[in-house]
Amino acid sequence: MRKQFCDALVARSRSSNMVFLTGDLGFMALETLQEALGDRFINAGVSEQNMVSVSAALAREGFEVWVYSIAPFCYARPFEQIRNDVAFHGLPVKLVGNGGGYGYGVMGPTHHAIEDYGVLLTLPGMSAVVPVFDEDVEEAIQAVGDRGSPVYLRLGRGAGPKGYAPPRYAAWRQLVRGAGPTVVVAGPLAGAYVEAFAALAEERRPNLWAVAELPVSAEALPPELLEQIAESGRLCVFEEHVRQGGLGSQLAMALADAGVAFPKWRQGVAREHHYERSGSQDYLRRQSGLDAQSALAVVAEMMNGSR
Amino acid sequence: MDEGIRVARKRLLQMHFESGVGHIGGNLSCLDALVLLHRERLAESDRFILSKGHAAGALYVALWSVGKLRDSDLSQFHRDDTLLPGHPPPSGVDGVLFATGSLGHGLSLAAGTALALKLQKAKGQVYCLTSDGEWQEGSTWEALIFAAHRRLANLTVLIDHNQLQGFGRTDAVASMSPLWSKLAGFDVDLSIVDGHDLSAIRTALDRESSTLRIIVLETRKGNGVSFMQDRMEWHYLPMQADQYRQAVEDIDNLWSDGDAQS
Repeated sequence: MRKQFCDALVARSRSSNMVFLTGDLGFMALETLQEALGDRFINAGVSEQNMVSVSAALAREGFEVWVYSIAPFCYARPFEQIRNDVAFHGLPVKLVGNGGGYGYGVMGPTHHAIEDYGVLLTLPGMSAVVPVFDEDVEEAIQAVGDRGSPVYLRLGRGAGPKGYAPPRYAAWRQLVRGAGPTVVVAGPLAGAYVEAFAALAEERRPNLWAVAELPVSAEALPPELLEQIAESGRLCVFEEHVRQGGLGSQLAMALADAGVAFPKWRQGVAREHHYERSGSQDYLRRQSGLDAQSALAVVAEMMNGSR
Repeated sequence: MDEGIRVARKRLLQMHFESGVGHIGGNLSCLDALVLLHRERLAESDRFILSKGHAAGALYVALWSVGKLRDSDLSQFHRDDTLLPGHPPPSGVDGVLFATGSLGHGLSLAAGTALALKLQKAKGQVYCLTSDGEWQEGSTWEALIFAAHRRLANLTVLIDHNQLQGFGRTDAVASMSPLWSKLAGFDVDLSIVDGHDLSAIRTALDRESSTLRIIVLETRKGNGVSFMQDRMEWHYLPMQADQYRQAVEDIDNLWSDGDAQS
């Protein structure tokens, strides 16, 4: 999504007083943005704590401020700066973490971000945007850019089937329809399930929903989703994030708030920060049971049990 | 000696005593510079950021000395339902831009503010007061690298160098002594002055510079109060009634003795 991200920001920079700060990342990716922004493109160096506090001050003085790094360096290292300097003051800084989840794969666990939005959403006024498809990025950038509160943008790798035309960007989108369980997935992982799920016979085929914006609130739940959950009673959530504080726990709380029962519940999450052996994002998804085959097995198991 | 400084010192002591609050030592060490800055230097287009947030009392008194806070505000310091907590709050006080108190944030916030003014080609000087202990925070050095590299000439850093931190002398806890020699390794405009000598502070503030300015204020913790001066315990302790009376007497005596610089 990095190419789309850069293009969208270049386009947006024409009508905004954007300042873009990077923690020394963006080689062979952000050069066109650097050129477009001139002195408002700031390589802040390898100093994420300073970069985030500087961004808070720039936002306070009225600039539209984007802060970019590899996901963990964007939120874990400077967490206190995000908390005290950005969130406590309600400043609309846009924190961009590239390679969310296991995105940096075999680069190792120091480069993974599987607790990013869970941690950040504990902060006042914070929200998160997790584009699902590469095609989402342009609209997601406008959503993030226009938001008057702090926001975290988790960039990943779009993974829809070849030739697939995803529905237009929205916080909630249904990607597959069927008569099976309801499956709700955060971010790009949803795209990775489309093909496998769509191939199932209708009575076993899940209703697959992709979520691109967090936190989940009871008010924002699509009525159709609630009908489907009520109908099947089977709900399953997948995300490339730890169980604590993720989409699963947020959705469960929102459904409880809305008074919707979901008697049969399964969750697929990022199980470990590091396994015995390292590997690609796909490898780590398989280790966590998040790949499409594992998801299919969970769905089949849910169908076999009684309601 | 400036009569305004005497009034401010006594108002600070009164406020801390009435609220039963400690942290007085590190407030007295930077009060003179803060009052001078607010009374004589800060214009509408300027900004001030208190990085050593535990000197909130001194900042509130400085704001009071220029009419931005009232006596009734100060009397609520540190109490329930107050606008004035023990460290500067995120909102509600004219002249407080950021909630500080966790050390190592203020210089970055000041650098960002100075950069914003520079990008906007706006006039205005940004002032930031740090403690000396907070130069043990890595983020303070990140901020220095950033501000020096960008030659933020519209930023002035004041360091309250009282040589005492929460649980020891700075040179015994994590020595960088002398601190100025480390700072001098950067491309900055450095001055070192007696932080209780108003004319020396004015001279340092008047220096023209084409790059980041750093003024090391050599100060005394608990300055002007006989039993507090240069003593670590007054980083935290609140005053008892007899101590408060003694402290006020000490301040008044300084003026009656005609000692202009203590």
